[in-house]
Amino acid sequence: MAADPETLIERITDYASRPDPYPLYAELREHGVARQQNGSYLVGTYHEITALLHDPRISSDRRNRTEPDEAGDEEQGIPPSFIGLDDPEHHRLRSLAMRSFGPPHNPGRIDALHGEITRIVQDLLAQLRTRDRIDLVDEFAYPLPVTVICRLLGVPTEDEPTFRGWSDTIVSGLDPARGADPTERQRAAADARRAMGIYLGELAASRRGNPGADMLSAFATDPGPDHGGFNQIEIMTTAVLLLIAGHETTVNLITNGMLTLLRHPEALERLRDEPALMPRAVEELLRYEPPVQMLPQRTPLADIEINGVTVPRGAPLILVLASGSRDPRRFPEPDRFDPGREDNQHLGFGGGVHSCFGAPLARLETQAALTALIQHLDAPRLVEDPPPYRRSPVLRGPRHLLIDHDRAGG
Amino acid sequence: MNGDPRDGRIVIVGASLAGLRAAETLRDEGFAGSLTLIGDEAQPPYDRPPLSKQVLLGRVSAGDTGLPRRRPVDAHWRLGVRATGLDPLGKRVLLADGTEEPYDRLLIATGTRARPWPNPEEAALEGVFTLRTSGDAAGLAARLDAGPRRVLVIGAGFTGSEIASGCIERGLAVTVAERGPAPLVGALGGTLGALAAKLQRAHGVDLRCGVTVTALEGDRAGRLIGARFSDGTRIDADVAVVALGAVRNTEWVAESGIAAGPRGVTCDAGCRAFDMYGIVTDDVFAAGDVARFPHPLFEYQLLSLEHWGNAVAQAEVAAHNMVNPGPRRRPHLTVPAFWSSQFGLNIKSVGVPTFSDQVVIAQGSLKELRLVAVYGYRGRVTAAVSVNQAKSLEYYQRLIETAAPFPPAPGAADQGESPAPVPSDVPDPKVLSHGPTVALTGHLPDRRLTLVQPGR
Ligand SMILES: Cc1cc2nc3c(=O)[nH]c(=O)nc-3n(C[C@H](O)[C@H](O)[C@H](O)COP(=O)(O)OP(=O)(O)OC[C@H]3O[C@@H](n4cnc5c(N)ncnc54)[C@H](O)[C@@H]3O)c2cc1C
Ligand code: HEM
Repeated sequence: MAADPETLIERITDYASRPDPYPLYAELREHGVARQQNGSYLVGTYHEITALLHDPRISSDRRNRTEPDEAGDEEQGIPPSFIGLDDPEHHRLRSLAMRSFGPPHNPGRIDALHGEITRIVQDLLAQLRTRDRIDLVDEFAYPLPVTVICRLLGVPTEDEPTFRGWSDTIVSGLDPARGADPTERQRAAADARRAMGIYLGELAASRRGNPGADMLSAFATDPGPDHGGFNQIEIMTTAVLLLIAGHETTVNLITNGMLTLLRHPEALERLRDEPALMPRAVEELLRYEPPVQMLPQRTPLADIEINGVTVPRGAPLILVLASGSRDPRRFPEPDRFDPGREDNQHLGFGGGVHSCFGAPLARLETQAALTALIQHLDAPRLVEDPPPYRRSPVLRGPRHLLIDHDRAGG
Repeated sequence: MNGDPRDGRIVIVGASLAGLRAAETLRDEGFAGSLTLIGDEAQPPYDRPPLSKQVLLGRVSAGDTGLPRRRPVDAHWRLGVRATGLDPLGKRVLLADGTEEPYDRLLIATGTRARPWPNPEEAALEGVFTLRTSGDAAGLAARLDAGPRRVLVIGAGFTGSEIASGCIERGLAVTVAERGPAPLVGALGGTLGALAAKLQRAHGVDLRCGVTVTALEGDRAGRLIGARFSDGTRIDADVAVVALGAVRNTEWVAESGIAAGPRGVTCDAGCRAFDMYGIVTDDVFAAGDVARFPHPLFEYQLLSLEHWGNAVAQAEVAAHNMVNPGPRRRPHLTVPAFWSSQFGLNIKSVGVPTFSDQVVIAQGSLKELRLVAVYGYRGRVTAAVSVNQAKSLEYYQRLIETAAPFPPAPGAADQGESPAPVPSDVPDPKVLSHGPTVALTGHLPDRRLTLVQPGR
C-alpha cells in the first residue's frame, strides 16, 4: 500500500483500522503535520498538540471554518454547547456549569458520589456473577456511567432507551471523514441534539417548582454570579453536553481497561495484589488506550505555523490525542503498557481551557469499576480478540466485550 | 571533597521550604551520608503562602500549614538554633549555642525575613505586626479575631495586598498606604497596578498611594492608636501590618568570604555559591529566596526571587548537583512563576514582568476582570500575567522560553478590543514602599555588596 500521508485520515477512520490504529499514528508522527486531501490538517506529536491545546488562536467553534459544515446547525439545531465555543462565552458557561459540579461552589459533589458508585458497581457485579459469559459493555461498562450521570443530572433512568438513540446519532455526526452521506448524517445529528435538548430543557423547567439536589435543578434555579445564570437554551445545550460526555467516554475507558488488562495478565495480577496502584494504572490507560482518540473540532483563527507547516486560518485542524500520548519523544517505551508509569502527563483528557470537565468523575468511576472487576471476576478470559468495535474513530471502544469467567460458587 | 559524592557530610542551613525539598532530593538521589538541617525556627518546616491567605481568614490555623513530606529524609534536625557564622576553610558552620557542625558540602537556604518598621520604638507598639512566620500569622489572626476598628497595611506589594484583602473579607475597615503610584505596580507595572487600585477601592479599601507613613502613634500603655502620613493626614488604627518586603538572611555568612549581601547569596546556574572575588566554590551551594542566580532568558542577569516554585525547583537542582559529578550537573533554568489570590482575583505570573518595556492585554479585558497581560522587552516576550485565567498561561510560558517576538501574534478568540502595546510603566523599585519580590540585579557578584551590612 502506498503510504500517502494525505490519506491518513481516510485510513484512520476506515473501520478496518479500529482495532489497532496505532501504526497509523506512528506514521502520522513521522510527518509532523499532515495535510489531508480534504483540506484538513492532522497533528499527532505530543509537544505540538500540547502547544496547540494552549494556543488562544485555536478555536473550538466550528463556525469559524472557512467551509462551513454542510448541515447548518443554525436553522435546524440548537447552538453549540461550551465544548464548541471559545472564551469568553466558553468560560462563562463552563463556570456556570461548574457551580453545581465542583469547586469552589460545590467541592464535595464528586466525593459524595463515591458511596453511590460503589453500590451501583456491586449491584451490576452481583448480576454478572450469576453467568459464565458476560458482555462487559452492555452489562457493566455502559450501565455504570449512564446510571451515575443520570443521577447526577436528575434524569430518570427509565428514559434511557430514548436518549441512547439520540446519543448514538449525535456521536456519529462527529466522524471527521465524511462517509457516504455526510450531510444526512450531520442533519440527523443536529435533529437528535435538538430533540435531546428539548427533552432535558423540559425536565429542568419542571424542577423549578420543586428543585432537587440534582444538576438540572441547579441549572434551572441557580441565579448565578453577577453575569446571571443560564437561559433556557443554555440549559439545553449544557445538559446535552453532559449527558453525552457522561455516556460515551467512560464506557470505553472501563472496557478498554479490562481488555488491556486481560491482554497483560502480569499487570492484572499486579493490580490484584497492589490495589493502591489503580489510580496510576487508570492514568496509563488514558494514555495507552484513550477513549477520546482525537479532537476533530479545532480551527485556527489566524494562519499559524506548526513545525514549518502553515495551517491556514479557517482550515479544519485535527489533534490526534491518542497519537500524542504514544509519542516516543515524550514517553519512554510508549507502546508498552506500564501500570506503574511515572511522569505520565497523557493527553487523555485534552488540555488547556477545554480540558475535561468530568475528569474527577471519570477517574473515580473507572478506578472503582476496574478494582471491583479484577477482584470479583474469577479467572476472566477474552472470548474474542480483537473484539468488535463501535463505529466511531473519535470515541473509540469495543461495541461488545465478551468475557468468560468461573462463576461464583462453581 | 573526598571520593563518592553520595557519601560524606552535608549540612543544610535553613529548615524551611528549600531546605526540606533539598534534603528529600538528596535522599532520592541516593545520598547515603550524614545529613544535618539547621533552622532557627523551633517548629518543623511549614508553608508560608497560606499565612497571608487562609490563615488570616481563619480557615486554617497558623499551626496547620506544615509542609507535606515527600519521603523520609533520615536527617539530624537542629531546630531552634541559629547559624551565626561560616568558616569555609575549616568547613564548619558555627552556631549560636556555641557548637559547630562540620560539613563536606553546605547548602545555604536561609531565605528572608520581614523587613521591620524602621523606627524600633514604634515597631514595638502593641498592634504593630509583620508577617513572615507562622507565629506572626497566629498573632495577627488572633488580633483580627478580636475585631479591631481599623487595620493599617503599610506597603501594597503582594503580601500587603493579600492582607488587605483578607481584612476586607472579614468585614474590617482597612487603610492601605503605598509610596508608589498603585498597589502591585512594582511587580506588575502600570496597567495591572491601576486595575489593582480600582479593585481595592471598589472593595472598600481606603487606599492611599503616593504617601508614606511618617509615624505610628501609641498611647501611654504602648498600644497603637493611629498613624500619620506624609501628606499631613492622620488616621485612627489599632492594628498596623508592616509589609515592606523582605530582607535576605545573609548576615551569618557576611564575614565568610562568600559573595553575600542584601540581594542574596550569589551563585551560578548550578547553584554553586561564588566567593567575593567572583570565583565559584564547589562545596557551598545556595537555593530558595536567599539565592541570586543568573538566568539566560533575562540576559544572564542575576535574579533574586521570592517565589515558592523557585525555592522548590532550585532546591532540587542544588541537591542534585551536590551529589553528582560535574558532567552530570544540571542548570537551574526554570521560568519564574508565582501566584497570588486577593479581592476575588486569582493572579498568576510567569517570566519576569519587570523585565519589560511594553505590555499588551493579549486576551480578555480589564473590564471583565479576566485577562492575560503579556510583557515584552525590546521586541520579545519576557513575561505574562493572568487574572482569573490561569489556564491560558502555559502558552505564554512557551513564548517566553523560546524568546518569541513581542507583541504575540494576534488572533486569540477572546482578544480584547484594542490589543495595542503600551509602556509597561514599571517604576524604579526605590519609589515603592515595599521591596520587589522579583529583582534583576545586574551581572556581577559585586564585592561592594558584601560591605553593606543591613540592619546593623
Ligand atoms: C505571607 C507570605 C505569603 C507568600 N505567598 C506566596 C505566594 O502566594 N506565592 C509564592 O510564589 N510565594 C509566596 N511566598 C513566598 C514563599 O513563601 C517563599 O518563596 C518561600 O518560603 C521560600 O522558601 P525558602 O526555604 O527559600 O526560604 P524561607 O521560607 O524564608 O526559609 C528560610 C528558613 O531559614 C531560617 N533561617 C534564616 N536564617 C537562619 C540562620 N542564620 N540559621 C538558621 N536558620 C535560619 C528561617 O527562619 C527560615 O525558617 C509568600 C511568603 C510569605 C511570607
Ligand atoms: C474516561 C472518560 C472521559 C474522557 C476520556 C474524556 C475526555 C475528554 C476530552 C479529551 C475533552 C476535551 C475536548 C476538547 O478539548 O474539545 C473533554 C471535555 C469535556 N468533558 Fe470529558 N471525558 C471523559 C468523561 C467525562 C464525563 C464523565 C463528563 C461529564 C460529567 C465529561 C464532561 C466533559 C465536558 C463538559 C467537556 C467540555 C469541556 C470544555 O469544553 O470546557 N467528560 N473530555
